[in-house]
Order: sequence, then C-alpha cells, then structure tokens
Amino acid sequence: MLIIKCHNCGVFADETELQPGGEAHIRRYRSQSSTEDFSSYLFDRSNKKGVHFERWRHAYGCGKWFHVARCTETLEVFGSYSAQTLKPPKSILDKIKVIRPDFKGWKNE
Amino acid sequence: MTKKYSLFSLIKEGLGHNLGWEKAWRDPEPKNEYKVVIVGAGGHGLASAYYLAKNHGLTDIAVIEKGWLGGGNTGRNTTIIRSNYLQEPSIALYEKSRRLYENLSQDLNYNVMFSPRGVMMLCQTHHELRAMKRTSHANRIAGVETFMKTPEEVKSIVPIININGPRYPVLGGLWQPRGGTARHDAVAWGYARACSDFGIDIIQQCEVTGILTKNGKVKGIDTTRGKIKAEKLCIVVAGHSSKLADMGGFRVPVESVALQALVSEPIKPMMNCVVMANTVHGYMSQSDKGEMVIGGGADGFNNYTQRGSFHHIEETVRALIETFPVISRLKMLRQWGGIVDMTGDRSPIISKTPIKGIYINCGWGTGGFKAIPGSGWATAELVANDDPGDLAAPFSLDRFSEGRMIDESVAAAVAH
Repeated sequence: MLIIKCHNCGVFADETELQPGGEAHIRRYRSQSSTEDFSSYLFDRSNKKGVHFERWRHAYGCGKWFHVARCTETLEVFGSYSAQTLKPPKSILDKIKVIRPDFKGWKNE
Repeated sequence: MTKKYSLFSLIKEGLGHNLGWEKAWRDPEPKNEYKVVIVGAGGHGLASAYYLAKNHGLTDIAVIEKGWLGGGNTGRNTTIIRSNYLQEPSIALYEKSRRLYENLSQDLNYNVMFSPRGVMMLCQTHHELRAMKRTSHANRIAGVETFMKTPEEVKSIVPIININGPRYPVLGGLWQPRGGTARHDAVAWGYARACSDFGIDIIQQCEVTGILTKNGKVKGIDTTRGKIKAEKLCIVVAGHSSKLADMGGFRVPVESVALQALVSEPIKPMMNCVVMANTVHGYMSQSDKGEMVIGGGADGFNNYTQRGSFHHIEETVRALIETFPVISRLKMLRQWGGIVDMTGDRSPIISKTPIKGIYINCGWGTGGFKAIPGSGWATAELVANDDPGDLAAPFSLDRFSEGRMIDESVAAAVAH
C-alpha cells in the first residue's frame, strides 16, 4: 500500500486516505487553440513507465491537492510538493537523479 | 505424428502411450523480414494474426512477444464473456466476438471451454435499474438477446443471492443467457496453435526495443533478437501501449492502471452463472474447478506493477459478502493483477496511427478478454485493407479530437 506525505498538512497518509488525480503539470490550452491541442490537453497523457509526476488530494484529511513524484514501475515515492507549481521543484528532480541515474528529466527536457 | 485433436486421435494416441502428439506450436527463429509484424502474443495479437491468415490469406506474419504467449492480461482476467453494451458500435463489436466464441472450439480445433452459462448484471439502485432497462432496450433493437429479470426471478436463477439488502437490495437484473465464461489460457493456446499451422511465426522471449521509421512510414523494429523488417506493424500490447507508441513517435490517449482479481478455495457447485454487481464493484463466477472467481474495480493511479492494492480486495470482498452472505467464511487462495490500458471513454482503440503502416489495437481497459475474437477479426480487416471495416471504424484514434466518444463508462459493467 502506498504511503504518501501530504505536502499541505504534513501527515503521512496511506492510499485509502488519498484520492489520485492523474498526471500533474498539464496546462490547458487557451481559447482559439486548435482541436488537436485541446484534445491532447483532455486525453493525451505521458503514462510513463518509471518516474511519474502526478496529482493527489488528501481527500479524507485536509482535503487539499498536492503533487507527488512516484515511480509507476516500483511504486517508490520520491517526494511530494506544492500543487501551486508549473514544474517539479529542483530539490525533487535532484533527489530523483541520485536514486535513478538514468532519469532523463521532467518531460524529456 | 498426430496433429488434429479428435476422439479418434485421442484413442489412438492413448493406446500409443501419448508419444505421438506433435507440439502445439513451433518455436522458430525470427526471419529478417515479414510482411506484417504483430507486437504482443496475447489473445488479441494472436487472434489478429489468425484472422489475417484465415480471412485475408496473409501468412507472412510474425507475432513478437516479450515474455511468453498469453502471459499478460490474457492469463490474468476473470474470463467473462458478454455483449450487453449500450452503444451501437460496442454492441456490434462485442456481439461479433461473443458469436465467434460460440464456434471457436470447432474453428480452432482446440477446446476453449466456452460455457454460455448466462451473465446476470444486478441492479442495486433505482438509477441502475433504469439504466439497465435502457440497455436491455438497446440490446433488443440491436438483436442481442438480453432480458430484464425481477428480484424473484434473479433469486430463482441465483439461489445463493440475498435480494433484501439492507444497504443494496436487488431491484432487478439484466440477464444475458448466452453470455458466460471460457478457459482463458486455452483461447491463447488455441489461437497460437492455429496460427502456427498457418505458418505464422510466434517469437517468444523477444522484446521490442525500437521502431524504425523513415519519412513517416514504418520500416521495421529493433528487438533483443535482432532487427526485423516489416511492411506493416500492428501494436497489440495493452498496458504497454504508451511505451510502444513513444518508440513510434506518436501518442495514444491511454493510461495504465492495475486491475486485480482473486479466487477462493474450491468448493462444491453453488452458482451456475456469472453475477456482476456494478454498484458495489464486484463480480463473481464459479470455475470448473469449483473456485469462486472474484473481480473488482481498478486502482485509480498509474501503475505498471501487475499487482493491485490490498484495500481493493477488501472493498470487493466486503461488497460481495453483503450480496452473497454464504461466501463469508470462504478462504481466498490467490490474487493477481494485470496492467490494463484505460481510455477516456472506456472504449477500445482499433486504429491507424499517424505513422503510415503502424496500426494499434489497445484501450480495452477492464474488458478485453470477451472481445478477443471480435477484436482480432476487426484488426485483421484494418491491417489487411489499410482501411477499417464497419466493426473497427468507430473505434479510431481521431474520435477523441472529433469528440465522437463511445461512452460506455456510464453504461456498462464495473469500471467501464
């Protein structure tokens, strides 16, 4: 069972206390954007086998959203961080690079 | 060497100490070039290869498999076969599949143990009752045989059920008498044997490491056993579709999650049909060995680990015990998980891709087993003609940008 630290209230909550919210850092295209862009915002997901950045809500706790870096292959949790960010903070990325030397960086940047 | 399975060959080989049986399928080395390469030797991949050979006369085909054939979700499901869907395209595809299952053993000369024992979908809220009535009307219009049953009729078909609640009383049931189960391994093995007889190469223990393209057209694949050139490439890899699509340089709108099931210790026959309780997220049937086969909902987060969360077992079993109090003292024998690829509208994708010559069959989510023959039929049609037939056309990739969803997520079974 996953145990994830809520970034907002600091509680180490188990999976049943949390609600998964899918991939993080997906930006909505502006109005007047093309159909393809909008459908990719709605449906296309990176679905990575490996390091995955995702949204979680502390549903049966403080009720707030936060982000988590987690491995979808081993279920290892690398850390949680604020949902009010456009990309993962450097501290999390550095930590992942230590644990996973072959980590290519966020969104293959 | 005896090849065909029949009563006569069984007697003949029995008298000869069973030494004369031919291997069910060949284990060939990969050639340098094939006309069609199918990635993934699960039910869907093998069925696609089989119908390419049988319906379209193509036999220069390789089916590439990372592990062993039928070792993915084909060997990890609850073997339920039904076609009581709401939307026309789904009804057409799943009913085609169910009909093919009826004669599959004869067709493949391999006993797939299709058992049309009936599928009962319970209605445990008033909303569900209304939705199921709508589904039964849609089925009637489309020519699929389903009936609405009253709680008393449900009780007479499934005597072990508790119809009085208290939390979720049984208000009715959608009954498909020709739905049922089949032996999952036999489906994969039967197709593999029939493919091998057509001269199709099934190459196991061979992982695809890259897809070679040139000017937006497929050229072949890189594998752990060397490079293989191909005119057409069909990706049928369920949970790993995103990874293969990444190699090809396009994206598919699927997310991989774990779905799990469990079986109890074997007991005497007590339920002769499949019962699905969608409101409480659980479904159950009894296998020929006597085990109660139980399935539940999928995990909500992306996952590639082929095991599920413990609390989902608890939820599923807790829900079923209320509807079937008789199973409350049953011990559970084992549990397994599979990685299913979920699309936004919970309907599959059988489609061309932005790369010419690459086709993809994925997104079956939690209901792929029942669709194996129909999916193979439709995929073969698509690959052979480079054009989807009537069955596959509604399930194209561009339905997402065009907004013509095949919305089964609100209409059908657990986690659909």
